[in-house]
Amino acid sequence: MSASYESVASFAQTWGLVLFVIAFALVVAYAFWPGKKRKKEIEDAANIPLKED
Amino acid sequence: MSTIQDPIPAPAKSMRFGEAALLVVFAALAFLSIIVAAKAYSSAYAFHAYLFAAGSIAAVFAIGNRYMDRPAGATPQLIDGKPNYNFDVVRFGVIAAVVWGVAGFLAGDLAAWQLAFPAFNFETSWLSFGRLRPLHTSAVIFAFGGNVLIATSFYVVQRTSHARLAGDLAPWFVVLGYNFFIVIAGTGYLLGITQSKEYAEPEWYADLWLTVVWVTYLLVFVATIWKRREPHIYVANWFYLAFIITIAMLHLGNNVTIPVSLFSDKSYIYWSGVQDAMFQWWYGHNAVGFFLTAGFLAIMYYFIPKRAERPVYSYRLSIVHFWALIFIYIWAGPHHLHYTALPDWAQTLGMTFSVILWMPSWGGMINGLMTLSGAWDKLRTDPVIRMMVVSVAFYGMSTFEGPMMAVKAVNSLSHYTEWTVGHVHSGALGWVAYISFGAIYCLVPWLWNKPQMYSVKAIAWHFWISTLGIVLYISSMWVAGIMQGLMWRAYTSLGFLEYSFIETVEAVHPLYVIRATGGLLFVTGGLIMAWNVWKTITMPQAVAEQKLALAPAE
Repeated sequence: MSASYESVASFAQTWGLVLFVIAFALVVAYAFWPGKKRKKEIEDAANIPLKED
Repeated sequence: MSTIQDPIPAPAKSMRFGEAALLVVFAALAFLSIIVAAKAYSSAYAFHAYLFAAGSIAAVFAIGNRYMDRPAGATPQLIDGKPNYNFDVVRFGVIAAVVWGVAGFLAGDLAAWQLAFPAFNFETSWLSFGRLRPLHTSAVIFAFGGNVLIATSFYVVQRTSHARLAGDLAPWFVVLGYNFFIVIAGTGYLLGITQSKEYAEPEWYADLWLTVVWVTYLLVFVATIWKRREPHIYVANWFYLAFIITIAMLHLGNNVTIPVSLFSDKSYIYWSGVQDAMFQWWYGHNAVGFFLTAGFLAIMYYFIPKRAERPVYSYRLSIVHFWALIFIYIWAGPHHLHYTALPDWAQTLGMTFSVILWMPSWGGMINGLMTLSGAWDKLRTDPVIRMMVVSVAFYGMSTFEGPMMAVKAVNSLSHYTEWTVGHVHSGALGWVAYISFGAIYCLVPWLWNKPQMYSVKAIAWHFWISTLGIVLYISSMWVAGIMQGLMWRAYTSLGFLEYSFIETVEAVHPLYVIRATGGLLFVTGGLIMAWNVWKTITMPQAVAEQKLALAPAE
């Protein structure tokens, strides 16, 4: 089967959309996940520019 | 007890693979360029081929000389346990940015005066508006902005990875090769070489050269992140990486051209009509989104926290900001093609995504501004912080204006008018240039080991003069644009157009003069910065310390 405009478009409008929504939801979940471990991770990352070397 | 010892024999110096390979490649390129120059169809193309030949021969000599002068063995990654940062390329990029910036602002202001008084084209085709305008846009976006992005990205990725920049000759190839591309592009416009795609004017051979440079840029950047000595990849690097990857994709997508011949500068795009238009504005809008936004947001996320000496307001928000921007920006391009042959659904898609884009943009703006929370006094005492904070405020303003103008009903008034030009400049002057100036004012003392800029007062002068310039620019363009839009659509009671086109040109003349005056103020600010950067670099250390001692306590 060769990829026609219709087949690419219908994939993008269904599974493509679902994949993108899930991927974005995972990003948000990662960023706002509660707990001490994630909080420390985030704080460490935020302080990278301020570390002297 | 001392005995006479033989001196320790120096390790045998051998040529690295990269040095040898580049020598061969550049020698071959020089040879090929001379053949092309001899057989070129036009003198302008022959001139470019000679430039390629001269550049290649210079590269051969530079690589050879460097090999003779450098010590044997590998460059140390660490010195006394600290990363042996490669800042030479960053210094080059900063100076190139300042020089190109002033040149690009001048070209823009000359173009602005030409619109008010056409005699300013001096009756020469080289300085006609059609050639000067792409020279201006490319000089400010790609030459000034591009050098700022390359310089800051090479600085930030090293500092936040605590690792030396990857590659030996590769970083130099990136900065010098990129600036060579700028020279080819800029001289090409003045000589009349263009493929007539906005912001993608350079012809096929310049595009191929840029592709090689850009892929090397990506490799240097990724390889540096790869060998980082820091568990996290700081958010600024995510933005830089998105900028580099997306620009590579856009550049390849929009330049699928077939040259007429190896000996001709002319090429034709593989597709045509509305497909070409859609590709062009997918490219054009994402050049704004990923070159002028993502790249400069990376600057915001590093330089504002660093200068304010406090971490970014919310790192969690910065993660969401990044991914939301990446997911949404890429779809907004069709808003450049409202009411054209582009299918309606595509126009509506572009409009919808543009409006959604408002949210991540303002998320980022709030994140940048609130970083100052608890330290607002720095706005008063530090003109560099003031510049960067005003830049983020302009980012917020233009990312509100943009989605509004992308709404079809608003666009029917604003499109093809000076309002668009005003909008672009509130983003370009207010946001992109100001965050760049802020980064330059931070970087110059850091890179040249000076306690501060030569004149802090001059930074404040630069800030106020160019802010006044921006206000004159954008307010005159709002008035001019809305007036044009209303005059073009005005009908008489009999259904005839009320105004001829030339009447609208006459009506905007005073506003053109105000705009060009605003531009002149902005150029003046740029010259003050260039002077200040020069004085800082050449300032003796003793003078610098004296200045610091005399600084009033805040």
